[in-house]
Amino acid sequence: MCLAIPSKVIEIKGDSTVVVDTMGSKRLISTMLLEERANVGEYLLIHVGYAMQKIDEKEAIESLGLFKEIENKMNMG
Amino acid sequence: MSIYSSFKQKNDIERLVFLINSEAKETINIMEICGGHTHSIMKYGLNALIKDKINFLHGPGCPVCVMPIKRIDAAICIAGLPDVILVAYGDIMRVPGTNSSLIKERAKGKDIRMIYSPLDIIKIVGDKSNKNKKIVFFAIGFETTTPMTAALLEEVIIKKIENVFFYINHVLVPPPINAILDSNDSLIDGFICPGHVSVITGSGIYSDIVQKYKKSAVISGFEPYDILSGTLLIVRQINDNNPSVEIAYKRAVKEEGNKKAQDLVNKYFRVRDEFEWRGFGNIAKSGLRLRDEFKYFDAEYVFADELKALELNEDFKENTGCKCGEILRGKLKPVDCPLFGKVCIPENPVGACMVSSEGACSAYYKYRNF
Amino acid sequence: MNYKKLNGDEKILLSHGGGGRETAALIKDILFAEFYGPDSNIIDYDNGQNQIKLLEDAAILDSPKKIAFTTDSFTVSPIFFKGGDIGKLSVAGTVNDLSVMGAKPLFLSLGLIIEEGFLMEDLKKIINSVVQEAKKSGVKIVTGDTKVVPVGKADGIFINTSGIGEVLYENISVYNITDGDVIIVSGDVGDHGSAVMSQRDGIDMDVAIESDCASLWDMIELVLKQGCRVSAIRDATRGGLAAVLNEWASAAGINIHIEENEIPIKDSVKGFCEFLGFEPYQLACEGRVIFAVKSGYENRVIEILRSHPSGKNAKVIGIAGDKNRSDGRFKGKVILRGIYGVDRLLDYPSGELLPRIC
Repeated sequence: MCLAIPSKVIEIKGDSTVVVDTMGSKRLISTMLLEERANVGEYLLIHVGYAMQKIDEKEAIESLGLFKEIENKMNMG
Repeated sequence: MSIYSSFKQKNDIERLVFLINSEAKETINIMEICGGHTHSIMKYGLNALIKDKINFLHGPGCPVCVMPIKRIDAAICIAGLPDVILVAYGDIMRVPGTNSSLIKERAKGKDIRMIYSPLDIIKIVGDKSNKNKKIVFFAIGFETTTPMTAALLEEVIIKKIENVFFYINHVLVPPPINAILDSNDSLIDGFICPGHVSVITGSGIYSDIVQKYKKSAVISGFEPYDILSGTLLIVRQINDNNPSVEIAYKRAVKEEGNKKAQDLVNKYFRVRDEFEWRGFGNIAKSGLRLRDEFKYFDAEYVFADELKALELNEDFKENTGCKCGEILRGKLKPVDCPLFGKVCIPENPVGACMVSSEGACSAYYKYRNF
Repeated sequence: MNYKKLNGDEKILLSHGGGGRETAALIKDILFAEFYGPDSNIIDYDNGQNQIKLLEDAAILDSPKKIAFTTDSFTVSPIFFKGGDIGKLSVAGTVNDLSVMGAKPLFLSLGLIIEEGFLMEDLKKIINSVVQEAKKSGVKIVTGDTKVVPVGKADGIFINTSGIGEVLYENISVYNITDGDVIIVSGDVGDHGSAVMSQRDGIDMDVAIESDCASLWDMIELVLKQGCRVSAIRDATRGGLAAVLNEWASAAGINIHIEENEIPIKDSVKGFCEFLGFEPYQLACEGRVIFAVKSGYENRVIEILRSHPSGKNAKVIGIAGDKNRSDGRFKGKVILRGIYGVDRLLDYPSGELLPRIC
């Protein structure tokens, strides 16, 4: 369930509404459910027209690096 | 590399497949609860890549699949009432009720509209020609989608909109999981937990799985990298005999979830004593409805007489050959159902699992990977 | 443009389709005036060697030795979309149906069913699009019909175009597809479907995607002129790539294997599909053709296609037949090899395309 896609904030419209861009497709979405204000350039996770969470880019990069480290250890050991 | 391609890279996937295949000591049964996970696994063929070690079982996380027929019939009944505009998400439009479906009823002339977002309802309200209409929102979905319904209700109240009503069919993830684990013949070793439900709820809702039933619970996203890294974590937990709740989707899921969304849901909803699930029967405390103080927005209250009449007159029937119940509980695979691919196909679905594009049977039929 | 008799009429009325004075005015003043100049009733073609008299019950034409004949009806909504409108579509669609059979498009009929209340301004725009698009392939609109129906009996405007073409390149048929034929697509898939869907009520997305609607005779002729051994050609319209490939596989009784990674799709189309849960292979195209060519000719065909503005992103995407792959389970199916090397079925799209939340 729960088709949700990361989209980049490109414009703040005010009144809990922002414009997001998903690989070139733009749409107005509501930020009513976000705990923090959205800023231009941030990635939000969008579900049925509402942002549910900000994508933590630092965590994203870290999670991609995870199993590489371990594999290196395996190769050395 | 963009966020869209980073979690699909072939070399990362090959590495994870290698690790899973080499670290898993024997075949592990993992239930992935969410229809979105089923869909992703089948689409990318992840099950085929690790089939010798991992047996994916498909869980009941498809709100369309588990919708009982009588709730569809009720929605059709409401849509037929004078001056009603019934609005619903695309997923539920084709689900067959006892005699018909929303999409067929729309073809017969009922005002049934598909929406992408609850916000579309505000637009429908804004259309002056709908001033005297009753707009009824057929609200479905798990914990991911409930906050959006709550947000709509909040906006309706703030703007003093008087002609929007809610037919609430929101359900919860943990109760059916507990029901599955309670049945003694459950073979499940661990769970891939739904990533987007968890964005809202946080990781606490899976603690029973670990503490009561001693099974692994790893929260994963929906990209191939996410699903495989979640699977690898389950393999490692099993090897270490250390079932726990782990978040493998840290870029979106926080332990505490989204408190603002949770508070909004608690403000407007309460848990029903029980709710019927297709394939399960009644499950206690598994569904939501509007709190009593909001009953004037609740379609089940506003249209109580008409719905009561429907209940008394209708004979809700399920096809006896259909194995959706067992499939939703992970006991059987779609190919084990005698109707699968023969009588029951996407164009002519018999059971719930074939109707929704997220259903296990639909995913299996659509992709039929080798 | 001189709409003497219709000046001041803002909307199409039932009387415009009644067969009386208003109908004559509509046909002569808007339709023919737009096509052939004001007050014209004879058109020349073949550099003046032949003439067709208009305003008769039927157009009398000199027919070439072998003709191709096709028809299509257009009910697209919204009527005006990014990259085109129903008028452009109605010409390009039928022109392409002739072209993929190796027939040079010659003549078109234009049948309009217009809903009462339709704006005259919109009709003029649509007719203008028809004219402009017809010029691209040189096809002549020689006959037509106009009906007006009461409010609610049509969705704005429906158009039917039937086309006659001269078969210049024979024996282009799905039944020629055999083992080893290479499958080529002429460009990015799903553009039209995304452009149109994005403007539908409820979806409201501003996509940087234009419909790929285009007449393709000259691009297709470029390939055929060069003697490339083409088994079959088809334009990918409703149902997109998936529909064409399945039709071929099923008719030829042969499996078609496609490499998912090779299918050209714009990022913006991918994004649109991700947002709403669509599969890009099921979205309509209106300016793309799929070729099945004999092994050995694929590089030449790609080169020729890419030299044409409508074929810039042409790519080899797969192969017909099961050579080197033991797939006893399926016959006449389309098998997609995914990005991780796992095969899955690419089925016929079925049912209405609906966005999903799950």
